[in-house]
Amino acid sequence: MEPILLCRHVTHTFPDGNGGLQALNDLSFDVCPQEFVCVLGPSGCGKTTLLRLLAGLLSPTGGQVLFQGQPASAARTGFVFQSANLMPWRTVLQNILLPLELAGGVDDTGRREAAALIELVGLSGFEQAWPADLSGGMAQRVAIARALIHDPDILLLDEPFGALDALTRDRMGSELLRIWQAQRKTVVMVTHSISEAVLLADRVLVLTPRPGTLAVDQKIALPRPRVEEMRYSADFGRLAREIKGAISSLPFS
Amino acid sequence: MQIRSRRYSPDKRRIRNSVYCLFVCLPAPWNLIHGVFLLLVVLNKHRFWFVALTAIIALVVWQAVAWIWRLPAFILPTPFQVAARFWQALMDGSLIRHLLITLIEVLAGLTAGVGFATLTGYWLAKSRPAERLLSPYLVASQALPMVAIAPLLIIWFGSGLVSKILICTLTVFFPILINTIVGVRAVPESLRELVRSLHATPAQTLRYLEVPAALPVFLGGLRVGATLSVIGAVVGEFVGSDRGLGFLINVGRGQYDTALVFATILTLIALALSLYYSVVLLEKLTLRWNRNYSSQSRS
Repeated sequence: MEPILLCRHVTHTFPDGNGGLQALNDLSFDVCPQEFVCVLGPSGCGKTTLLRLLAGLLSPTGGQVLFQGQPASAARTGFVFQSANLMPWRTVLQNILLPLELAGGVDDTGRREAAALIELVGLSGFEQAWPADLSGGMAQRVAIARALIHDPDILLLDEPFGALDALTRDRMGSELLRIWQAQRKTVVMVTHSISEAVLLADRVLVLTPRPGTLAVDQKIALPRPRVEEMRYSADFGRLAREIKGAISSLPFS
Repeated sequence: MQIRSRRYSPDKRRIRNSVYCLFVCLPAPWNLIHGVFLLLVVLNKHRFWFVALTAIIALVVWQAVAWIWRLPAFILPTPFQVAARFWQALMDGSLIRHLLITLIEVLAGLTAGVGFATLTGYWLAKSRPAERLLSPYLVASQALPMVAIAPLLIIWFGSGLVSKILICTLTVFFPILINTIVGVRAVPESLRELVRSLHATPAQTLRYLEVPAALPVFLGGLRVGATLSVIGAVVGEFVGSDRGLGFLINVGRGQYDTALVFATILTLIALALSLYYSVVLLEKLTLRWNRNYSSQSRS
């Protein structure tokens, strides 16, 4: 399949008054349509920077990020942040409709779409709730629905469940799996959890410590549709062990 | 209960009881603080009666002071004399006429001040160089008491409405300016990134993000500004004018009509209170999402 997203020798350096802090170094990979890619790596290896470059929120200081031959900022992205990042003055429904409003207006199709998404993320009955009244997991599900409402070309998830407790986190992982299997999007997701990555992804990219560059590009050949029980299968364990080994062999930054 | 109490040995229970005694009996200040706290909770439940009761007590004390020391009306009129004078001024139309003048000055000054301060504040919040260049002048302008500049403004703009509106504007300007800057600066960076990732235009960023996010702090500034604007108008009228509530106070003072001074002061208090609570109402209507402002209790 023709790749939809290309990273070519991407380098990014943040100015810090001391020659700059290099976050990414000569990173190259590409992502095919409807592919689910997970990015793993030690903290501070530039994973979030990478996602920001893919979203067009930053421009790389070297190399190129191309979306269908265009600069990355031209793509319609759905971004899910580490925290839910909802607007506290908008209700759940209004938060989910925000991307449509910014794109020019909400029509009946948009409203139906929002209702379907609220159903999909399991928040029926909470349309008129304020974000302050939601639990962490519910707020993050609103954020996922908001990222999907405008039918984005690519979905970028930045440790979306990092702020949740371990039990909620596992549940949200399988929820995301269910949502993704219902609406196949191109996804790039940054995570800290190996089992989350193996369960969800078609491919796992492992970055080295700063400056981040590609250490491992591992295909996850588990069959789809995937279910929660696969976490306990032998293949799953083998893949998780391989990736764990690859990360352990990386030097400390 | 039985199972739980069995787990305490007699020794432990004695220690517990003595700690309890120490806590309840010995530290009197703690009991006092606790008592005051309970009183406040009870008073808050019956706020109307609290206000009514204290007002009645104040009136009785006032009447008693005037009575016991046999003070003449031009030093301290009794509440009844003030009420009578208030009624008379209300009926002959003078109070309403002067109130309307002050109200016009306050509303015009408030509108102009809020308008200028919001625009300037937004600009300064967005541009660090502009803020660094202009803030010394803005702070210096605040260091000057308004009474000191008021005569100048009256010399330049006459003793009519314009000079009072201008004084009002200047009084209101600073708190609104500061709160606009603080409010816009406090817009979370993460939400800015969100609207940026959705390709929002600057106008959309303003409408969908900056205005609603800065609104609580901005309205806090408006509360201060609304009450200050009354002070601004009265200061202007004191320095030089032939109408308005400040003028009316001056008239009362000149004629030893102290009851009129009191009646006018009460009118000013009513004006300031109604402006203040208009802003509070505005907060209740626009900030329903915010727990600190919403009236309904939530789980």
